[in-house]
Amino acid sequence: MASNYEDRQRGGGYDSDDEGDRRPMGGRGGGGRRMHRRRVCRFCIDKVDLIDFKDVKLLGNYLPERGKILPRRISGNCATHQRMLAEAIKRARNIALLPYTTD
Amino acid sequence: MDTKRQYEVVFIVDPTADEDVPKLTESFSQIITDQGGVITRAETMGKRQLAYEILHHKDGTFVLLEMEGSGREIAELERRMRVNDRVLRYITVRVDEDRRRAEKLKDRRARKAAKRPAPGEHRRRGERMEFAEAAGE
Repeated sequence: MASNYEDRQRGGGYDSDDEGDRRPMGGRGGGGRRMHRRRVCRFCIDKVDLIDFKDVKLLGNYLPERGKILPRRISGNCATHQRMLAEAIKRARNIALLPYTTD
Repeated sequence: MDTKRQYEVVFIVDPTADEDVPKLTESFSQIITDQGGVITRAETMGKRQLAYEILHHKDGTFVLLEMEGSGREIAELERRMRVNDRVLRYITVRVDEDRRRAEKLKDRRARKAAKRPAPGEHRRRGERMEFAEAAGE
């Protein structure tokens, strides 16, 4: 899931602009596999009702290399939790717990 | 709406003024109590690296305050923090509404679980049910 996506980014080490991010997912043979990866909201499974903006460890999972918020279509989060997550990430960015961008 | 509002305030203190942290925390707490608020939690989260530079600082000491009050205390507190050079950044988040909502979700889940037949009767569909339940329907 999310961690896998991250591993790939780190391991692959490609210079990712958006293109680099998207291509391997849609195109290559691996794409189909990713689509089939458990499309289930992690937070729903763990029954999370509140996402804390101070929980850097958790939020960091949803910020790949570039520092952008990991989209729902990749993480598989449900709309409710994605909204909470995005809000929390934005708060964390505001107080420099997380980066707005990384270059 | 007579319920007290709850806020979480996190502020970052200049790391070169580390010794002042307890004093600053104390004085900010004082401001809140003077205005009629109640501090429910005051905690130093420690010195940590900033994700980006703020006023050429690469790290800072994070302090968390949790308070309860009408909301007017926050205005004063923020004013003070804004003019204080040692406070690099602060954020105030109102948490009571989110917490209440979380409580409600939890309640609803508990009630749903109680209504549902005992686990085991639907062993084979167990996982699927859990997911549906979490989704709220």
